[in-house]
Amino acid sequence: MKRTTIVLAIALGTAAPAFAQAGPPSGWGVDAARSSITAVSRQMNVPVEGRFRRFTAQVSFDPARPADAKAQVEIDIASFDLGAEEFNREAARKEWFDATRYPKATFVTSAVKAAGPGRFEAAGKLTIKGRTMDVVAPVSFKAEDNQNVFEGMVPIKRLQFNIGEGEWKDTSTVADEVQIKFRIVAARK
Amino acid sequence: MASPATDYTRTAIALHWLIALLIFGMFPLGIYMVDLPLSPQKLKIYSWHKWAGVTVFLLAVTRAAWRVSHPAPPPSAAMPAWQRSAANVIHALLYILIIVVPLSGWLMSSAKGFQTVYLGIIPLPDLLTKDKALGDALAWLHRFLTFTLGALVITHFTAALKHHLIDRDEVLARMLPFLGRKK
Repeated sequence: MKRTTIVLAIALGTAAPAFAQAGPPSGWGVDAARSSITAVSRQMNVPVEGRFRRFTAQVSFDPARPADAKAQVEIDIASFDLGAEEFNREAARKEWFDATRYPKATFVTSAVKAAGPGRFEAAGKLTIKGRTMDVVAPVSFKAEDNQNVFEGMVPIKRLQFNIGEGEWKDTSTVADEVQIKFRIVAARK
Repeated sequence: MASPATDYTRTAIALHWLIALLIFGMFPLGIYMVDLPLSPQKLKIYSWHKWAGVTVFLLAVTRAAWRVSHPAPPPSAAMPAWQRSAANVIHALLYILIIVVPLSGWLMSSAKGFQTVYLGIIPLPDLLTKDKALGDALAWLHRFLTFTLGALVITHFTAALKHHLIDRDEVLARMLPFLGRKK
């Protein structure tokens, strides 16, 4: 069995995946500085990017057998950083993420299939603010000598997760469409 | 160069009042919006403020170019020399500020990490990368320049009224043709 699993959880900064293919299971680790999960929304048609500064991920992946791949990501909602204190406080409020009541967002794969060379489609369940939706994330995978990069984007509609209640339901100010972008870099130690 | 002008062109008058209207609207709007609690309304007002600022910038650049190719009528010969100098200095500063105030706002927005998308359609390039300290410094600069512009506008406005009401000359009527000109 070539498939191996690495579980990583880096308390501060970032965290991430796992990898297989070659080498001992412990031979790979996440490059926290180059891994990221961000959410891009549009505010009066101005793209605004926020970054989840803390998350953990478990990935089990063998490029030769994508159907066996599994991934689980857990995001610390309170670590969402829009780059301005006023917006960070707002995002944690009940109308948005309600971070006190729903401190974690999760993504768990249910089916992964190949979608061309170096490309995969990861279907799974995304849970934010206590609501679970089926999503499909196109993922690109690049194996290099000393690092492996998983990259992709999940488009969601924020109102399906009840993100932005009350006056914030108005999508003419903050658009319904949000892109969750991720880049997980596993480097050979 | 055109021959020495005796009147402002219609274009110059239109540009003057368009920019004046935008400044009269934006100044109180800017002061009002900064202390609003975060709401969709606040985000909208910020965007409108930015769009109006870009509009002022475009009009101001057009106006400066127009002024170069269409010289303004000379100041009234009846004015003492110091008043003519003062008027020239204030006019020059007003031209500079109607260009620099919007620029400082745009740079501040870039440094704070929020792109300006003109009318929600045309994304302007971010000239600066996100930098909190720089953003705060530019916010201070934008405010300082805006209040300087405000003080100059009040001086300009008061002087124009003084010309019309006390000196009873044609200085104001040159820019407000409906006041009628003495023949």
